[in-house]
Amino acid sequence: MLSIDVLIAGAMMVSLTFYALLGGADFGGGVWDLFASGPRKRAQRELIAEAIGPVWEANHVWLILFVVLLFTAFPPAFAAIAIALHIPLTLMLIGIVFRGSAFTFRSYDRGTDDVQRRWGRVFSMTSLITPVLLGVIVGTISSGRIPSKYEDVIPTFVTPWLAPFPFAVGFFALALFAFLAAVYLTVEAGDEALREDFRLRALASAVSVGVMALAVFLLSENGAPMIRHGLTRSWWTWPLQISTAVFAVGAIYALWARQFLRARFCAAAQATLILWGWGAAHYPYLVAPDLTIYNSAAPAITLRLVWWALLAGSALLFPSLYYLFRVFKGGRAT
Amino acid sequence: MDDLLAARSQMAMSLAFHIIFAVAGVTTPLLMCVAEWRWLRTRDETYLTLAKRWAKGTAILFAVGAVSGTVLSFELGLLWPQFMRWAGAIIGMPFSLEGFAFFTEAIFLGIYLYGWNRVSPRAHLAAGAIVALSGAASAIFVVIANAWMNTPTGFQLMEGEPVNIDPIAAMMNPAALGQTIHMLLAAYAAVGFAVAGIHAFLLLRDRRNIFHRHALAIALAVGASGAILQPMSGDLLGQMLARYQPVKLAAMEGQFKTEQGAPLRIGGMPDEKSATTPHAIEIPRGLSLLAFRDPNAVVKGLEDFPRDVWPPVAIVHVAFQVMVAAGSAMALVALLGAYLALRRRSLPDSRWFLRAVAAVSPLGFIAIEAGWTVTEVGRQPWIIQGVMRTAQAVTPMTGLKIPFVTFTLIYIFLAAVVVWLLIRQVAESPRVYTEPAQEAEYAFD
Repeated sequence: MLSIDVLIAGAMMVSLTFYALLGGADFGGGVWDLFASGPRKRAQRELIAEAIGPVWEANHVWLILFVVLLFTAFPPAFAAIAIALHIPLTLMLIGIVFRGSAFTFRSYDRGTDDVQRRWGRVFSMTSLITPVLLGVIVGTISSGRIPSKYEDVIPTFVTPWLAPFPFAVGFFALALFAFLAAVYLTVEAGDEALREDFRLRALASAVSVGVMALAVFLLSENGAPMIRHGLTRSWWTWPLQISTAVFAVGAIYALWARQFLRARFCAAAQATLILWGWGAAHYPYLVAPDLTIYNSAAPAITLRLVWWALLAGSALLFPSLYYLFRVFKGGRAT
Repeated sequence: MDDLLAARSQMAMSLAFHIIFAVAGVTTPLLMCVAEWRWLRTRDETYLTLAKRWAKGTAILFAVGAVSGTVLSFELGLLWPQFMRWAGAIIGMPFSLEGFAFFTEAIFLGIYLYGWNRVSPRAHLAAGAIVALSGAASAIFVVIANAWMNTPTGFQLMEGEPVNIDPIAAMMNPAALGQTIHMLLAAYAAVGFAVAGIHAFLLLRDRRNIFHRHALAIALAVGASGAILQPMSGDLLGQMLARYQPVKLAAMEGQFKTEQGAPLRIGGMPDEKSATTPHAIEIPRGLSLLAFRDPNAVVKGLEDFPRDVWPPVAIVHVAFQVMVAAGSAMALVALLGAYLALRRRSLPDSRWFLRAVAAVSPLGFIAIEAGWTVTEVGRQPWIIQGVMRTAQAVTPMTGLKIPFVTFTLIYIFLAAVVVWLLIRQVAESPRVYTEPAQEAEYAFD
């Protein structure tokens, strides 16, 4: 079963997982910048900026890697997605452009408070909108309504994605990213009061993750039958559902008990399981109903070369990433 | 504006915007590393200030480059899905490698920008060097993919579909070497001269400021090296074109007739209707000599090819003239600077030389935009030379002028903001005047 096309699809899942866990949390940080409130409003924003600053560009590259692997290893799937989802993809790109530029402009410009505030507003608003669009795109791909013959898309370019299920996935992604960010920030906060702020935010967003997960599940009956079927009637259904639930409850309990490192581990594990459950329910489809991992894969020679490039690249990438995170997230240095 | 033209315009505009930040991402890390290295060697604090200043500029330019590059990676599919479906398996490889190069760049730039007090000075400088190297590597991989569109190799055609594909052979396509060298040198020349020009301009008003003198020396060294070497790589590309893209070469030169001992045309305005290029200064046998190393060689003219595979001749010819003129002016100033520096064994800083540097400083970017116009417009009507027409590659999506106008407005706005931020940064330049030896030198001004 583990043929090279499946291995590369697996590598894409890995890259999507890292994007959600790291890049997603950077978007979540922007959401908490938008909702910064209370007496420590300014300190909250400073903590978020400090947490995101050194790493967001590296975290963003996981998305690029995913896209590049998609168009190299499964070109027809990339073409089908790019045609059917032209509008939400374009909107998401605009979000990405403004989020990144505004964050940098805010960090590097010693302008007046007013100017800073305006860039901050752009950064936080786009951090809120972009994950929703990302979720809409993922939700539409899962809905099984993207035609591979693009003549079928022409009548209207909105039908596949303008539906309740994709938007439910969008808000689910937003809740999950905000939850991850709040949990990570409890670990990174320097003082107690600030940590409490993010602990409360983490607990609140944990609840919204649960609510949105339920909404997505209910809507999937009509919105994405393939996903519904996978999540309820596979051999891995129960092991997956139970372990996801264990980590979800574990994260909430650890937050409650102020065991922040444990909470971070549980939250990341929960998000990972959600993603891999989704990926497993998708298998073998990339773009249902027509394109699978097998029938849209590039010729074997390309797949082999990509696989070697992935191995060599990883040997370079993971030590570098480890170094980056050790320097900036490994406790306070001098 | 029909959808094909809108798609082409959006792609052209996105590339024209991104390339500015992409070349900055290749060169400014090199500048900041040299400054930091000089600081470690001399312990002159001015160099440290300079490295930190340039790092700030790099941060802004890199971020805009990263997000506009993301847009491009999606636009390949959003605008040209049929091209990607057809070619993804053949040229995805350099893009995958570019992905990893970009990863290294982003990781170590994070360490460089935020790690001044967190890692040792040596590790810090090494992080900067990795950013500079992986920036160059990113550029090489992306240009390889573009070179493949010009001289596609590594597959066979069977009923319009590629078979027997070989991604490595595709990467080794005939245009790859020449184009990558040309682009890298262009990046060093353009950004080096742009930065040198800013500091030359400020030196003209504040001549004893050592901060600007150090900055000018480093930026000019980088920019001048690129500008002096560039004509040679251009010559390499010209010979490649003569063999593999004769139509593009004919359009660049305004060569309509197939001719033995073809002249090199400087200036002039090609007219497709009369198939002539009037008002050009013609250097007899120049083109034959440059393209084939033989003054009597036959150069194929546009008349040898069907009308429907001609690119817009006037645009290609004029863009090429602009590129060559801009590049030549920079090379000239670079040679002068090198001569003065070698003769005087110090930074050339006479008023007229500083004015010349300031005057040519925007030309590198103009040359880059003009050069990409030659490459891309000169390949039309093809997206993959001789294999797939641009019109066959475009998305069936309609209303493409909406995203074109939207992205154009966004990019104009971002460009204005970046320019404003950089001007403010430059305006806050430090004033350093404590090098007694040089003070004495200035006493004679």
